[in-house]
Amino acid sequence: MTAPLLRVENLKVEYRSAAGSVTAIPDLSFEVAPGESLGIVGESGCGKSTLLMAIMGHLGSSGVATGRVIFEGKEISKASPAELRAVRSGGIAMVYQDPNAALNPTLKIGRQLVEVPMLRAGVSPTEATRLSERMLADVHLPDPASVMERYPHQLSGGQKQRAVIAMALLANPRLLLLDEPTTGLDVTVEAAVLDLVDELREKYGTSLIYITHNVGVVAQVCDRVGVMYLGDLVEEAPVGALFASPRHPYTRRLMACVPRLDGDKHTTSFLPIPGQPSSLRDRPAGCPFSPRCVGFTPGLCDQKVPVEEIGPNHRVRCFRHREAEMFEPAAQDIVAPAEPRPEIVLEAQGLSKIYKLGNSFFGAKRSAALSANEDLNFSAKKSEIVAIVGESGSGKSTFARILAGLQDATSGKLVVLGSDIANTTASERSSDQLSAVQMVFQNPDATLNPSHSAGFPIARALKKFKVTHGSKETQSRVAELFQMVRLAPSLMRVRPGRLSGGQKQRVAIARAFAATPDILVADEPVSALDVSVQAAIVNLLLQIQKTKGTTIVFISHDLALVRHLADQVIVMYLGKVMESGPVAALFAPPFHPYTEALLSAVPVPDPAAEQRHVRLSGETPSPINVPKGCRFATRCPRKVGAICDEVPPPERKGEGGHMILCHIPLDELAAVAPIFQHNRSERAPA
Amino acid sequence: MIAFIGKRLLGLVATLLVASFLVFAVTEFSPGNVARKTLGPFAAQESVDLLYQKLHLNDSLPVRYVRWLGVLTGVIADPLQDPALKLDFKDPRGDRYFGNFGYSTLYKLPVNDVIWNRLGNTALLAGISFALIVPLSLIFGVLAGMREGSFLDRTISVFGIVATSIPEFASGVFLVAIFVVALRLLPGTSPLTTGGGGWSIASQFVLPVAVLVLYDSGYVVRMVRGSTAEVMNKPYIRTAVLKGLSFKTVVWRHAVRNAMIAPFTVILLQINFLISGVVVTEMVFAYPGFGRMLLEASLFGDIALIEAATLVALAVATTTQLLSDIGYALLNPQIRVA
Amino acid sequence: MTADAPTHVSALEPGKLAAAPEVMPDAVAASMTSLVAPTAPGAPVAAIDRKPPSLLRRLPTSPIAMVGLALIGIWVVLAALAPFLPLDDPNRQDFLSLANPLPSAKHWLGVDIKGRDILSRLIFGARTVLTVAPFAAICAYLVGMPLGLLAGYYGGKVDLIVSRLSDIILAFPIIILYVILISQIGPSFWNIVLAVILTAGPGIGRIVRGLTLEQRHLDYVAAAQLRKESDFYVMAVELLPNCRGPLITDFCLRVGYTIITIGILGFLGLGLPPPDPDWGTMVKEGTTLISVHPHMSLFPAIAIVSLVLGFNLVADGVRELSLTD
Repeated sequence: MTAPLLRVENLKVEYRSAAGSVTAIPDLSFEVAPGESLGIVGESGCGKSTLLMAIMGHLGSSGVATGRVIFEGKEISKASPAELRAVRSGGIAMVYQDPNAALNPTLKIGRQLVEVPMLRAGVSPTEATRLSERMLADVHLPDPASVMERYPHQLSGGQKQRAVIAMALLANPRLLLLDEPTTGLDVTVEAAVLDLVDELREKYGTSLIYITHNVGVVAQVCDRVGVMYLGDLVEEAPVGALFASPRHPYTRRLMACVPRLDGDKHTTSFLPIPGQPSSLRDRPAGCPFSPRCVGFTPGLCDQKVPVEEIGPNHRVRCFRHREAEMFEPAAQDIVAPAEPRPEIVLEAQGLSKIYKLGNSFFGAKRSAALSANEDLNFSAKKSEIVAIVGESGSGKSTFARILAGLQDATSGKLVVLGSDIANTTASERSSDQLSAVQMVFQNPDATLNPSHSAGFPIARALKKFKVTHGSKETQSRVAELFQMVRLAPSLMRVRPGRLSGGQKQRVAIARAFAATPDILVADEPVSALDVSVQAAIVNLLLQIQKTKGTTIVFISHDLALVRHLADQVIVMYLGKVMESGPVAALFAPPFHPYTEALLSAVPVPDPAAEQRHVRLSGETPSPINVPKGCRFATRCPRKVGAICDEVPPPERKGEGGHMILCHIPLDELAAVAPIFQHNRSERAPA
Repeated sequence: MIAFIGKRLLGLVATLLVASFLVFAVTEFSPGNVARKTLGPFAAQESVDLLYQKLHLNDSLPVRYVRWLGVLTGVIADPLQDPALKLDFKDPRGDRYFGNFGYSTLYKLPVNDVIWNRLGNTALLAGISFALIVPLSLIFGVLAGMREGSFLDRTISVFGIVATSIPEFASGVFLVAIFVVALRLLPGTSPLTTGGGGWSIASQFVLPVAVLVLYDSGYVVRMVRGSTAEVMNKPYIRTAVLKGLSFKTVVWRHAVRNAMIAPFTVILLQINFLISGVVVTEMVFAYPGFGRMLLEASLFGDIALIEAATLVALAVATTTQLLSDIGYALLNPQIRVA
Repeated sequence: MTADAPTHVSALEPGKLAAAPEVMPDAVAASMTSLVAPTAPGAPVAAIDRKPPSLLRRLPTSPIAMVGLALIGIWVVLAALAPFLPLDDPNRQDFLSLANPLPSAKHWLGVDIKGRDILSRLIFGARTVLTVAPFAAICAYLVGMPLGLLAGYYGGKVDLIVSRLSDIILAFPIIILYVILISQIGPSFWNIVLAVILTAGPGIGRIVRGLTLEQRHLDYVAAAQLRKESDFYVMAVELLPNCRGPLITDFCLRVGYTIITIGILGFLGLGLPPPDPDWGTMVKEGTTLISVHPHMSLFPAIAIVSLVLGFNLVADGVRELSLTD
C-alpha cells in the first residue's frame, strides 16, 4: 500500500461574517493515491469549490479551515506563507472553470507561462521559454512560438483552456486540481480537452482531483468518485461500482435525474429529488440529506452518520443504504408525454438572417456579411417538441429570437398559425400573434428583473394580453400560474434575489404561459441549472405540454437531454441545418458527419459504455464570409474531396422526414457502427 | 489605429467649432452691448453707434461668428484695428495674421500679448502640481487598494474623502492662516515678482501647489484605490496567487497594469482641470494665471479675451480628452491588438 | 466624479443556498408518498427568510454614513430652527464690535469685516445652501436621467446626438462654464440652478446611459418586449429602478460638489448678491483682513468643509452598503 499523495483529515471550513458563522464543510476526510484520478461530483452549493480552495490554502479573509491537509507527508494546512508558495509552485496546481477570467488580459500568454518554471531555482528565462513552448506543443496548440506572443483575447475558449492546462503543468505538479474545467465549452471542444487531460495524465503520472457537476464527464475521466452533498462526502467508490450500484439515496436519486442516450420520454422519466438543499445555516442534524430523503427515520438519521465500508474502496454514509432499493418505486412512474398532432403550427421556409457588416472604419476592403441563419426549412406540429441542437455559432439562438420576435429575418417565410411573421418583430405583431409565441430564456439570473416581485411580470403579461380584467382577477390568475409551475403562491411577492435558479426558471415559465401560447420557445432553459433541478423543470414542461398541448421549440446543446425530450431534432452548424428528422432516426445511423462527431463527444454517464471516438480538428470557422461549399468541410473527418469545399451539398432524404445535408450518399453514411456499444440490459436500474 | 485617431481629430475640431460658437453666442448675444463694452461705459453714444455700424453688428449671429473665425484664421483683418476708428488698438504683428484673437479692452493690449504669458504661468503651476499628484496618488491608491479593508486602506480612504471635501479656497484659507499669518514661513500672495515682501519666486509656489495637490490627489487616490481593489478581486489575480507568486509580484506584475487602465484617463483629465479649473487658487494667491485672467475678463466684459481664452481652454480640454482616449486604446491590449 | 465601486467576490453563492422551499412537491414525488411513512421528513424545513432590510434601514450599520448624516443633520437642524433661535440679525452691523472683532461672549464666532455676527450669518447662510444645492442637483437629475435613458435605450442617432451634446458641454471646464454663464446672465437663484443643470446634467446622463446599456440586452427586458410593453414603460419601470444604487451615491456626491461650486461662485464674487449671507462670499470678504483676523475667513471655510464632508461620507457609506446588496 503506497502512501497516499494527499490526505484530508477531518477538514472543517467555516465562513465568518458579521452575521455569524456558516459551516460549509463540517467534517471531510478522504485520500488521493499517486497517479489516481478522483472525481468529486455534486450540485451547486455542495462545497466542492470550497474544498479545492481549502486544499490550496486560499479561503479568503472570512474562511477558516480546521483539520489537516497532508500532501506528500507534510502538513500543508498549517504551512507558513513561504511553504505554501513552494507547494503551489511545485506540488499542487490548479485548472480553473472559466479560462477567460483565469488569464490576465494584459499580459501575453508567454509571459504568464514562463513565470511558472522560473519560480524554481536555477531556471533561466531562456530555459523557461523553451519549456513553455514545449508544453504548448504538448497541449496540442498549433504554432507554440506565436501563441506565446499572443494575448488571451486572441485565443478561442478551447485554446485558452489548453493554455491554462499548460500553465498548470509547467509547475510539474504531482497533484492537479481541476475545477469544472470544461463547463462553458462546446461539447466537441470539451471532448478534446478531456482527451488531453487523459493523455497528459498518462504521460506525466499526475494525480487529479476533478470537480464537476456533470456525471457523464466523471464516468469518462475518473478512476474513483466521491459524491458531495452540503459539504459532506456521502459516498465514495470506484467509478464502475458507483455507476453500477450506487448505494446512497442521494447518489441514486441524482443518477435518476441524468439523461441518458438510450431512453426517451416514452420509456422513462426523470425522478427529481423533492425539496431543495437546506441552507448552510439550517444544516440538519445528522445526515445532511435527511429533509429530502424518503427513507428518513427519526431517531436514526438525525444522528451523526458514520462512514461504512461496503466494498473494495466503496464507502457510504447512510444507515439505511442496504434497504435503498425498497424506497425506489418498483415500476418507474412515467410522465406520459403528449403525442404530436398532425396539424402544422409552425413552418419555416428558406429562413435566413444575414447581417451586413458596414465599413465602420476606413480601410475595410469590402463589406462583410455575417451569416447567422441561412435557408432554414422545417415544420413543427401541434404538441410536438422540436429540439434544435448546435454549438456556439450555430445560429440556434438567432433562430429562437426571430421566432419570438426579438429580431426579424432577412429573407424567407416563417408561418405561425397562418400568418407569416418572419419580418414582424414583437412590437409590430398583433396581440394574437404575439401571444401565440412566447419564450423562456437561458440565464435564470437575468430572466427576472431584480427590482420587481416575482409575480409582477406575470400580472403585467395578463394585463397586456387582456387575459384578465381588474386586479383581483389578475392576482388570482397569477396564483394559479404559480401553482401550475409548482411554486407556492406566497412567493408571488418575493424578489428574485431570494429565489433559487430553479425557482426563477419556474417563474419564467409561468410568465411565458400567462399568454397561453401555442408555441413555447425555450432557449437552453435548463443549461444553467443543476441536474436534479433540470430534471424537475423538464418534467414540469412535459406535464404542462400534456395538459395544454403546446408546441415546444427546445434549444439545447445537451444531446442526452434532447434524446429524452424531443420528437423531432434539427442539428445546426454555422447557420445551416446539417441534419433533421425524427429523434430516433437522428440517434441511429445514417449520421451526418457532424452529428456523428457530436454524439461521440457526449460524456455518457456509464463507464462501461464503449463510445466511438470521432474527434474534430481545428476550430469552428467564423460566420463572416462563410465557405462556398459545405460549411462543415474544414473540419469534417469524412471529407470526400474538393467537392466538399466548392459545391454546396445536396439534401439527402431518408425515412420519416429524415434529412442529411451531405455529399456522401445515404447508404454510405448508414454503413457505420453505432456510436455506443453496450448491452442495455446490463445497466443497473437507476 | 490611424483611422481611429483621424476620426477623433475630426470630432475634436467639430467640438471646438460648436463649443466656441456657443460661447460666442452667449457673449455677443446682444449686439448693442458688444459695441458698448468695447468702448467702455463712458464713451459717447454716437461713438457707440458708429462702432455698431462699422462692425456690422446688425448681422445675424452666425455671420458674425464666421467673421470672427475669419479674423482668427487671418483671412480678414480685425476691424477694431482700423486706424479710422481712432481706438488706438495697436498690434505689432499687424491687423491680419493667423491666430489674431483681437484686442483686449481690459488690458489694453493685443490678446496674444496677454493670453500666452498667463497660460504659461498657469502651465507652470499645473506642471509642478501634476508632477506631485501623479506619483502620490498612484502610490497611495495602490497601497490602499491592494489590501482592501486593511487599516492602511481605511486611513488612506478617509484622507481621500476629507481632501475632496476641502475646496481650494478653504484649504487656501487654512494654509494661509497657518503658514503665513501664524508661522510667517511663506508669502501670502504669489504675484511672481520679487518686489514687495522680498519672497523668492520659488517660495511663492509652495502654497498654491499645496492647495492644488491636496484637493486633486484626494480625488485621484480614490479612483486608483477603487480600480486597484476591483482588480485584486478578479479571478486572474487568484490564478497568479495560486501559481505560487509572492504577494509583491502579484500586485506589481499582474494587478497594477490592469488597475492603471481606468485611472489613466482620469489622470489625464486632471491636466484639464489644472489648467482651466484653478481660477480659485489663482484668486486666493493673486497668481497671475490664465483662470484669473478669464474671470476678470468675464466680469469686465472684455469680449475678445473671453472668446479667445475660452477657445484655448476648450482646445486644452478636447486635446486631453483625445490623448486619454488614445492612451486608453494603447493600454488595453484588447483594443490595441485586435 | 463618482469613484468606481470595487466588486466583491464571495466564495458562497448566496442565491443558491438560503432559498424559500417549494411547498408543493412534484406530482411524481407526490405519488411516492404512499410508499413512505406520511410524516414529513426530518430536519426543519428552512423558514422563509425575513425580507432583507432596505438600504435605508441598513444605514446605521455604516459608521462612515452615520458620521456624515450627523454632520448634515446638525446643519439641517440649525438651518430649520434659525428663525427661532436667539441669533442676531445676520445683516445688522455692529460697528462697536469692529474694534475687537474676535470671538467674544456677545458674538460667539466674532464679527466679519462689516461688523455682522458671524455665527448668525453662518446659520442663515446654511438655509440658502441647503435649499439651493439639493434643489439644483434634483433639477439636474430631472434633466440628465431621461436623456441618459433615451441615449442608452435607443442607441443609434439619438445616442449620437445626446452624447455629442454632452461631450461639448463637458468639454468646458466647469468653472469656466460657471464663470461665463453667471457673468453673462447674472447671479440669482434660478441662474445658479440653470448653471448647475447645464454642468451636472451631462455627467448624470452619462452615468445613466452606461447603466442603461448594461441592462438593455438582459433577458427581462426582452421578456417585457415580448409583452409589447411601450418603450416608455421599459425605460421607466424595468430599467430605471435598477440604477438606484449608483445614482443614490452619485446624488450625495453631486450635492456636495454643488455646495462647493456655490461656495466657489461666492468666493469669486459671482455669488448671490449681498447682503444675504453666502458662505463663499463670506470667505472672500474675510480674506481682505486675513493677515490680521483670520477667523473671518476660517469659520465660513470650516462650515463649508463640514457640510461637504457630511455628504461625501454618506455617499461613501451608501456605496459600501450597496456593494453587499
